[in-house]
Amino acid sequence: MAKMTVDSERCKGCGLCITACPKKIIGIAKEIHNKKGYCPARCLDEEQCIGCAMCFSICPDCAITVER
Amino acid sequence: MKGNEALAEAAVRAGCKCYFGYPITPQTEISAYMAKRMPRCGGVFLQAESEIAAVNMVYGAAASGVRAMTSSSSPGISLKSEGISYIAGCDLPCVIVNVQRGGPGLGGIQPSQSDYYLATKAAGHGDFFMLVYAPSSVQEMADLASRAFDDADKYRMPAMILSDGLLGQMMEPVSFKDHENPPDNKEWACVGHKNKRPHNVINSLYLKPEELEASNIERFKKYDIVKKELHLAEEYLTEDADIIVTGYGAAARIARSAVNGARAEGIKAGLIRPITLWPFPEQAYAKAADTAKVFLDVEFSMGQMVDDIRLATSCRRPVRFFGRTGGVIPTTAEVLEQIRRIAKEELK
Amino acid sequence: MAVYKRPHSLLDVSMHFCPGCTHGIVHRLVCEVIDEMGIEGDTVGICPVGCSVTSYDYFGVDMIEAAHGRAPAVATGVKRSRPDKFVFTYQGDGDLAAIGTAETVHAATRGENITIIFINNTIYGMTGGQMAPTTLPGQVTQTTPFGRDPLTAGYPVRVCELLSTLTGTAYAERVAADSPAHIAAAKKAIRKGFEVQQNKQGFSIIEVLSTCPTNWGMTPVQAMERLRTEMIPYYPLGVYKDITAEK
Repeated sequence: MAKMTVDSERCKGCGLCITACPKKIIGIAKEIHNKKGYCPARCLDEEQCIGCAMCFSICPDCAITVER
Repeated sequence: MKGNEALAEAAVRAGCKCYFGYPITPQTEISAYMAKRMPRCGGVFLQAESEIAAVNMVYGAAASGVRAMTSSSSPGISLKSEGISYIAGCDLPCVIVNVQRGGPGLGGIQPSQSDYYLATKAAGHGDFFMLVYAPSSVQEMADLASRAFDDADKYRMPAMILSDGLLGQMMEPVSFKDHENPPDNKEWACVGHKNKRPHNVINSLYLKPEELEASNIERFKKYDIVKKELHLAEEYLTEDADIIVTGYGAAARIARSAVNGARAEGIKAGLIRPITLWPFPEQAYAKAADTAKVFLDVEFSMGQMVDDIRLATSCRRPVRFFGRTGGVIPTTAEVLEQIRRIAKEELK
Repeated sequence: MAVYKRPHSLLDVSMHFCPGCTHGIVHRLVCEVIDEMGIEGDTVGICPVGCSVTSYDYFGVDMIEAAHGRAPAVATGVKRSRPDKFVFTYQGDGDLAAIGTAETVHAATRGENITIIFINNTIYGMTGGQMAPTTLPGQVTQTTPFGRDPLTAGYPVRVCELLSTLTGTAYAERVAADSPAHIAAAKKAIRKGFEVQQNKQGFSIIEVLSTCPTNWGMTPVQAMERLRTEMIPYYPLGVYKDITAEK
């Protein structure tokens, strides 16, 4: 099964992964602030992830890992 | 051999692997010589698009651990200032040759010594120094070029040969000493880490002021060692001299003739010729100030070395100055006349 | 199992770039190419002044910091003394196309066997958003507060077009970092540049159209949209020179 994980400390909450995801299953965790004060992205529906790695591709901070 | 060519040949023999230059009178013979010589010994000759590019190519070559050199004349050295500062800030060894001509501005193409301040005090922005050597003969153009490479490597700092158009263009016999090939073993160099060590970084950027300060303090500790170990001067007839005539490079040749002339007239004159200008050979001047009564500094400039002599002698003796500038060379007769005047007016 | 993760040669540290800045994407692409070609131990990178000034903290290869605009000259010094090493520079538009124009053009015309990664984001990022040589006509920056007026501030420089006229340029391609498809193409271009160098074919430059959300005053997503709608029409993507395809 495919899986995307976000390193929430490295994520700067830029939201580019949200626009890149074809399944529209990434969102910003507005209730969380990391040590730098950013609200990180996270996968909202792991079941739906197809492991296409579009989110990984566009992440400027190498904060996303995708396994497929 | 011409002084410029002797210097170039000595550089090759000292293991200079890369030469980057840009044409400017009166140093162009160095480039022309290197263009012929380097391909024959597996070295690199490259005519850069500018003085700025040339010194930055030296920066790259030095950063990758090879002996590298560039040469220019006064206006071109101004352009190299940026690169020299970076090289010093990264603690990289290299040799920069300045065959001086008159300034400021475009100035002229005749010999001058008006870059003393630039070489010894203000080679670029920031807290740093270069080793500065002042050859006075074609033989010394060769010997000091060779030595400059060794010392630059030893202390990991840039070295400048501060010559002038007279020494660069004149011909004298020269013999080259054997020089061992320098080892290719600089562990700090950027040559690819082969996955065997952490990556090397060659850098002069420190965004935290405390780190930059620490780096500068560390470098100045090194300078203290250099000052102790490296201060070269020639002393000639100084022991009983009342008047110490002093000058570096080509000016020292004229000063020496004038000293000989003065001695023939019974005036006790002697000569101190600094061979390193940074570090300045203060010791020779301090010792001479114990017995001599007056110093006479002779330069092809408006008197850029005078202050260093005053500091070295703690202002214990008057320092007089005689110089011609703009490419005009003082004559022996003019210097001798100055010595006579000092003997008459100041030695009672 | 396929795993998409940080390439080995991209050091495992947090980058200082602003949120959504495409510098980080291009850093990763360069490192993926270095990893895939197995050349991490034989590569020397040159980072100059600009937002890439501290890239030596991110690239895990031997790195040299260059003065503003001088990276191609420094790279020349490295490559000439160590021709068996891979040498690349990573430069911004101000660095490459303003203060370093001479160094860039002459490295290209010499056919210097190096690879330049050129980040074109139409602005000086590090100093806070001044006009760059690539700033578009009408674009508002700190130093073009009424929009860049070509009558007084001149026209943008199209670097790939310019360099492709030089015989020494072996490979010049403009790519963009705005979408996964373009990012994949960008990586292919960077790989091509390094391969041209590997085959000793001469100078290669990969221009990457990039964003600067902070100094453009946009969100990262809006900035990507501007790249697509304003930059790509002015700076068309594509291969401008490829001597390997000419035979």
